[in-house]
Amino acid sequence: MGLYLRPTALADALAALADPKLAHSPARIDRLTVLAGGTDFYPAQAARAAWLEATPRNVIDISGITELKGIREDASGLTFGALTTWSDIADAALPHAFDGLKLAAREVGGQQVQNRGTIAGNLCNASPAADGVPPLLTLDAVVNIASARGRRSVPLAAFITGNRQTVLAADELVTSIHVPAPAPGARATFLKLGARAYLVISIVAVAAVVTVGADGCIARAAIAVGACSAVPQRLAHLERDLAGLASADAVEVVAARHMAALAPIDDVRGSAAYRRQAALVVTRRALMQCLAVAAEAAA
Amino acid sequence: MNERPSLSGAAPVSFTLNGIARTVVTAPGERLSEVVRRGLGLTGTKVGCNAGDCGACTVLMDGAQVCACMVAARQAEGRSMVSIEGLAELPLGRALQAAFHRHDAAQCGICTPGMLMAAADVLSRHASPDRQTVMDAMGGVLCRCTGYLKIVDAVLDVAQAGLQTKGSGARPGEAVGQRVLRLDGAPKLTGEALYGDDGAPADALWLKAIRSPHAHARFSLGDLAPFLTRHPGIVRVFTAGDVPGENAFGIYPDLKDQPVFGEGIVRHRGEAVLALAGTRAALEAVQIADLPITWEPLPGLHGVQAALAEGAPAIHAGKPDNVLTRGVVACGQPEAARANAAHIAEGTFETSFVEHAYIEPEAGYARRVGDRMEIHACTQAPMMDRDEVARVLGLAREHVRIVPTACGGGFGGKLDVSLQPMLAVAAWHLDRPVRCVYERIESMASTTKRHPARIRARASCDAAGRLVSYELDGDFNTGAYASWGPTVAGRVPVHAAGPYRVPHVRNRARAVYTNDTPAGAFRGFGVPQAAIAHEALLDDLAEQAGIDRLELRHRNALRAGDTTPTGQVLGASAGLVACLDALRPRWQALLSDAAAFNAWSHALRRGLGIGCMWYGIGNTGLSNPSTMRLTLARDGTLTFWNGAVDIGQGSTTVLTQIAADALGLPVSAFRLVVGDTDVTFDAGKTSASRQTFVSGKAAQLAGEALRTRILRLTNAGPGARLDLDGARLIVADGGEQTVVDLAQLPAAGDGIVLEGVGTFDPPTTPLDAKGQGIPYATYGFAAQIASVDVDLGLGTVKVRRIVAAHDVGRAINPALVEGQIHGGIAQGLGLALMEEFIPGRTENLHDYLIPTFGDMPEIEVHLIEDREPLGPYGAKGIGEPALIPTAPAILGAIRHATGVTIRKVPALPHRVHAALAAAGKAVEF
Ligand SMILES: Cc1cc2nc3c(=O)[nH]c(=O)nc-3n(C[C@H](O)[C@H](O)[C@H](O)COP(=O)(O)OP(=O)(O)OC[C@H]3O[C@@H](n4cnc5c(N)ncnc54)[C@H](O)[C@@H]3O)c2cc1C
Ligand code: FES
Ligand code: FES
Repeated sequence: MGLYLRPTALADALAALADPKLAHSPARIDRLTVLAGGTDFYPAQAARAAWLEATPRNVIDISGITELKGIREDASGLTFGALTTWSDIADAALPHAFDGLKLAAREVGGQQVQNRGTIAGNLCNASPAADGVPPLLTLDAVVNIASARGRRSVPLAAFITGNRQTVLAADELVTSIHVPAPAPGARATFLKLGARAYLVISIVAVAAVVTVGADGCIARAAIAVGACSAVPQRLAHLERDLAGLASADAVEVVAARHMAALAPIDDVRGSAAYRRQAALVVTRRALMQCLAVAAEAAA
Repeated sequence: MNERPSLSGAAPVSFTLNGIARTVVTAPGERLSEVVRRGLGLTGTKVGCNAGDCGACTVLMDGAQVCACMVAARQAEGRSMVSIEGLAELPLGRALQAAFHRHDAAQCGICTPGMLMAAADVLSRHASPDRQTVMDAMGGVLCRCTGYLKIVDAVLDVAQAGLQTKGSGARPGEAVGQRVLRLDGAPKLTGEALYGDDGAPADALWLKAIRSPHAHARFSLGDLAPFLTRHPGIVRVFTAGDVPGENAFGIYPDLKDQPVFGEGIVRHRGEAVLALAGTRAALEAVQIADLPITWEPLPGLHGVQAALAEGAPAIHAGKPDNVLTRGVVACGQPEAARANAAHIAEGTFETSFVEHAYIEPEAGYARRVGDRMEIHACTQAPMMDRDEVARVLGLAREHVRIVPTACGGGFGGKLDVSLQPMLAVAAWHLDRPVRCVYERIESMASTTKRHPARIRARASCDAAGRLVSYELDGDFNTGAYASWGPTVAGRVPVHAAGPYRVPHVRNRARAVYTNDTPAGAFRGFGVPQAAIAHEALLDDLAEQAGIDRLELRHRNALRAGDTTPTGQVLGASAGLVACLDALRPRWQALLSDAAAFNAWSHALRRGLGIGCMWYGIGNTGLSNPSTMRLTLARDGTLTFWNGAVDIGQGSTTVLTQIAADALGLPVSAFRLVVGDTDVTFDAGKTSASRQTFVSGKAAQLAGEALRTRILRLTNAGPGARLDLDGARLIVADGGEQTVVDLAQLPAAGDGIVLEGVGTFDPPTTPLDAKGQGIPYATYGFAAQIASVDVDLGLGTVKVRRIVAAHDVGRAINPALVEGQIHGGIAQGLGLALMEEFIPGRTENLHDYLIPTFGDMPEIEVHLIEDREPLGPYGAKGIGEPALIPTAPAILGAIRHATGVTIRKVPALPHRVHAALAAAGKAVEF
């Protein structure tokens, strides 16, 4: 490895990322790789090093930037600094709509991973099985991005563009993730299917946020499925079909056709056909759980 | 502000570690684990994967557990950290260490530092955690030995001070049968135990093997000079031409078919073609593209069907049909007998490659001492390593010394040499110490696995459920090289009909070469695979005959006096009936429990299964002696020279218990010297569950021999009591007391005045062409029942409970026996439900899944002690028997719960679901 930068101010980090000499000098051909909690960075290095493949030479470690830390709440909603760890989320007092995100936080690797791994790292790494993505999709999260050129905000659904691909340009950093204030009655859950109890990558993950009105009908349902397509997806058709239904009837409505938008693959963790079927089953179970608490909240 | 990078990119970092302020210069991006281990020399923190998957590197950072392998050293700036070396200073640190010792929560000990740090984290956050809280908090650390239960017990013991177990400091003559605390346990709890990567000389160079990414390829090497010029830190490149002796190794004398470095051709992915020696930094900078290697990939033969297909090319000259060896056991007339049987069951079964997944990857160093070679590495078989290294170097075996380091798990995977020959070649030429540690991925890609099996089997019984015949054809994928393939092909036919009386048998097994990763020894040598078949067929027969599954097994169980399919009459110690009797009340209660549960449960179905096994202790029909030695020196030092390596299974403790009782002095009186080929006799390898039985008997004989000498010296009777007080040996016989002043006795050059040596070689005979003979002197027997819940919607299986009954002859140390059973069950559960090594795809501990804390069932152990007259104090073995019944019991339980038989393991959720769907049993909720 060549350079290791550890800025403590965001502006310095953005300047370094923008510096064409640093990023593109002929002597240091590798662009700066961002390092946060390191829980995706180091395993990827180990995988490449084992077969003597090239690993990132120049690193910018953003973990010392205070501006990127902490969870803030205001009238517009909640903002999670990019460096917010999964343990920070699990330990924070958050509205019930975040219960799914909290459950996901407790299922990202083991506690060591949760203590270091960050929310922005999970989104930027853009794994199809990233457990943070489905709950944040159901919360309509927006990704705040900065570069020396300026700032922009991109809805999470548009931020991840493919398997391990995002809209981030080489000089950009994610600074925070904003979640608009959820409805007070919104309730959430997260269910993960894996082949063992701890430290397991999802075969299917489902997040749901549901609000039930005083009339016992579903006011809003947001449901997202992970690990069943290149990018985790909201089930828009299902959400539409659920809206306005009496919560007692809702689970019956969930059908195979609602999974049509998914495009699961065969891999060592499961077959595509299995994933599709499991997505249906886990979605029903997640919805059932979520409706039970949402109905209670409405009552 | 940006820290200004220096020219080299190195920069200092300051932090507090174990209360001491430290400033260390680190390379850019260097892992904290590296800085702690190599920069500061604190090797208690272990590295098992460098990828966050094993948790062995867990340390506390500002009080929170983190994986040091995923923290950039520079991220530790200004932080306060605690590693295992500082644990004792934490409020509950010492209590945790003591509890781990008391509960035998550390077997090989490689996971223990990480476990203890994670435990310290839980206890600092929760005053009185429950089991679930402890497991949730420690779920990020893997253990391959213990099955986790004793670890949870130890942590809860500290938290609640309510789960006290007693270890015992046994009185003289009473060590056998006691829960003596592991004699080599303490250093594993403090981080002081030195494993393969922990103790190399400071001036050692590093070695890195370059391996084939192709399963089958020709390759050629270009001019290496330009490469060496571009990488000045690389001292030398080693290839096949640099091997001074034979470029070949392998377990069997006539099957040295595996090269140290490939010669123009590679036969499996991960095969080494050359090795680089140099500084660590120089090796890390090398990229594969820098090396002048030209690959010409060739089509590969993957799986036994491809290798056995008509016209398949031969992988090794001399084996045109790719069949390495065949094994057979035949007796009676199975075909004719089957024709008259009341019930017939048959099936085809398939198992996968299984990785040993010891948490310590292969590691060690070599150094040349004059014209001798010395290897310090983790191993299960020092004497075999010695002979392999000697052949590769072209030296007499006396010119090689193997000094085993602490071994962080083996399970059969460290019976073959791995890095030893390469290290020896490099150290020989360079005349400088050379060290190496495999990366996790390298270890998984290149070292041996459990043989995948394709088994076709048929069993029949009469109307009363008495077994009539058993026929098996099994093909075992031995991969590119022979390794232990012949052992598997030989062992399977003997055991394949199960621990039952079967008059008509024809079992045939083949070990087949392929272009897959070499398969070798793994806890059970093919018997766990075969047991899956015989237990499934017994369930079929029970169903057809309308007999309870446990009772059918009881009816057929081998008893003392019965004849086995190899024509051996079992003289004694065949305790399967006692095992089944012990399980019966649980079996009935759990059957009722399952029925009650299923009466209301819809998506979850509960089922119960049973698995039985037998396992021959020691080598199959081959001599496998062990020699143990006890000495008394003139200063009163009592030394136990023990060549059996303890890979966590506990032989150091068990053999000392035996020797102590045979001699009549307490365990605490012994100084232990373990497994150095220069100073201990050959104890044989730590495999085949043989150390307690074979080396244990040798230890007993050594103890008795020394005792006899002492008694003769003092004319004392056999019941005399011994005491050792400095150099005074006190012999009390009835009212009389004689004091021997050891300092006054004539001593050999090394100060030794009295000695006892014992040798034992279990009586066996080779098997003839029909597999008839006495392959083993004794057999372990066991039965386990498993209660599982199957999710009909998702195909997931949760094992709730296992009740295990094992006939071990005599439990020399019940705590250690339980530990073996727990650990065996964990591995059996992995085999049944999740473990599948696929070359190139599951080569890390992220994608290759082994059981975690949360996957373990409750376990209840019943020890049956049907004494083996040949064994030390009646003992047999337990290492492998522990694992074998588990997978059959789980698969039987899945079938009982759902009506679906799983014929390919692991029973991953998608496989179970497909079987449920095909049978119309899947639900959509
Ligand atoms: C053993 C283990 C188990 C795991 N299990 C799970 C699991 O079950 N579910 C799951 O979802 N994940 C899992 N992970 C993955 C990982 O922990 C998460 O994705 C984590 O949230 C990544 O965060 P990080 O800060 O560690 O990322 P890093 O490794 O530091 O970075 C990840 C990627 O994001 C980029 N990046 C990070 N922060 C920013 C930023 N602010 N702006 C721009 N780019 C950035 C980096 O350049 C890098 O490419 C596991 C990892 C391990 C080691
Ligand atoms: S070595 Fe760090 S988790 Fe395995
Ligand atoms: S004791 Fe845990 S891995 Fe060996």
